Amino acid sequence: MDINTPVSTIYGNSSEKYGEIWKKQVAELQAKFGTAIEEVRLPREWPVEVPVVYVRKESLIAVLDFLRTAPGFEYGFLADLTATDEEVHPRFEVVYQLLSHANMARFRVKARVAEGEEVPTATALWMAANWPEREVWDMFGISFSGHPHLRRILMDERWVGHPLRKDYPLRGYQIFPDTPAPKAELLDKGDR
Amino acid sequence: MEMKTGLPTSPHYSIDHDPDDIWGDSRVAVNIGPTHPAMHGALRMVAKVNGETIEQSYCEFGFTHRAKEKLGENRTYHQFIVYTDRLNYCSALVNNVAYAMSVERLMGVSVPERCVWIRMIASEMARIIDHIVCLGIGAVDIGAFSFFLYGFHQREEAYTLIERLCGARLTTSYTRIGGLMGDAPAGWEDDVKAWVKKTRATLDEMDSLLTGNKIWLQRTVGVARFGKEDCLKYSFTGPCARAAGIDIDLRRDTPYMFYDKVEFDVPIAQNGDVFDRYLVRMEEIRQSLNIIQQCAERMRPGPVWSEDKRTRIPEKDLVHNTMEGLIHHFKFFMTGFDVPEGEAYTTVEAANGELGFYICSKGGPKAHRMRIRGPSIYHFQGLTPMTNGGMIADMVAGLGSINIIAGELDR
Repeated sequence: MDINTPVSTIYGNSSEKYGEIWKKQVAELQAKFGTAIEEVRLPREWPVEVPVVYVRKESLIAVLDFLRTAPGFEYGFLADLTATDEEVHPRFEVVYQLLSHANMARFRVKARVAEGEEVPTATALWMAANWPEREVWDMFGISFSGHPHLRRILMDERWVGHPLRKDYPLRGYQIFPDTPAPKAELLDKGDR
Repeated sequence: MEMKTGLPTSPHYSIDHDPDDIWGDSRVAVNIGPTHPAMHGALRMVAKVNGETIEQSYCEFGFTHRAKEKLGENRTYHQFIVYTDRLNYCSALVNNVAYAMSVERLMGVSVPERCVWIRMIASEMARIIDHIVCLGIGAVDIGAFSFFLYGFHQREEAYTLIERLCGARLTTSYTRIGGLMGDAPAGWEDDVKAWVKKTRATLDEMDSLLTGNKIWLQRTVGVARFGKEDCLKYSFTGPCARAAGIDIDLRRDTPYMFYDKVEFDVPIAQNGDVFDRYLVRMEEIRQSLNIIQQCAERMRPGPVWSEDKRTRIPEKDLVHNTMEGLIHHFKFFMTGFDVPEGEAYTTVEAANGELGFYICSKGGPKAHRMRIRGPSIYHFQGLTPMTNGGMIADMVAGLGSINIIAGELDR
């Protein structure tokens, strides 16, 4: 009784519906990108609900762009962008949740990144990636190269530390009584 | 004697330095929010304003950040239910249902039929409440006050029905992993049907009050437009995307619960302006009423709890009268149940769009990662491009129509 137990009231059984499509897509990805695909986890073989593809961060944008536009894939919708702290080396995983509006299949791309390393930004592909990337920077301290203006988003700009890291304490409060003044540079050249 | 002026004592402000006079011409930087009646919650927009026109702006939020994702890693799956109420507090029941579904999916737990029907009625009621809040408050922002009162009467009635269901009006915490807090009281379905009938009539009144109103049209048609391409680029979902012509509804396209067993239409519009968002939401309320009607008719008496022993909270009778029951109860609430290793991104169509819980479990009673994807953050991100070049008052209309909920935005 785990994630691969089909529950009829939660999307029916999506791996039955999309299983063959996903297998074909993953095989095509591996043929095209070769060693840039580090690892593939398919539903039923792994405790995941959609295929999870681990991509080397150097090829991340090429793979995402291919998934976004290539015929037969068309995962053109970035549903979410986040990260996890795995507490091993490399420490973090940046997670991209993709959705295809063509057949409503989902797909997940992950990139492993060590502490202090940079991930290329996805803002050129989706403007929507702008704030989630800022949030990942804020919460995990993962830097995105090429991001238009990488700065904190949920926490105050004077905050020290990255709260969603596993070694950050649950009650690590920092109090800032006043709101920062308007930033002229953001109002002159824009936020994005 | 030194006078206390009551002015802010921040170092940015002094008698000979105005931090908002940045450019030294007619343009000025205006803080709209964080506490402003037209901003829905503690949101801050800093705008470069020339007369009444916003030339450029940026948004800030996080003023009500309560570290929900961090708490998700430090609370058991059962304890986290109450935190989901405080995400989108206008439609707390959808959040409850979405969260319960995502944990059930990780555990492979099926819930009985009656539980699913009640969950569907609850979600659709929450959707109606959320839409009524969005439309009502949005209309108040633009200046139409009575429209708000019509809607809010029915909203209060809906809250009374929800109160009978779970004892709370706003922070419901109604679902449990693998079931519900309790069954619906006797006769509840009939009251729901009566409420549906009355709400349909109210909705027609609201429609005739506002939809053809000349002032309303002038304030909304063509205002804060966000087209199809922009919506896709900015990951818009829900009514805002459908108002721009993106024909996506997770209830229809990735059917969960029993949405494939009920009939409903998905309204879409083409222009993506405030008026189209208003029309889409109005029609969605009607469709939700249809769904509720069908659910209430097809609901049959039966259990609301899954038979799965892992998630089942022991009956009070057993807890008070048997040793095993007491131990089970103690273990359930003190240590929680183990969720097998796995990760899943489970989404539902919440009132404002795709609400997703990305839960990574490494086994054990607490999540390794609890990511909450609310629609608000993506919609709020689109506010600046949506309103640049428009009037300040149009920004207020636009913000009201995309319905940002600070609780979900800040998490």
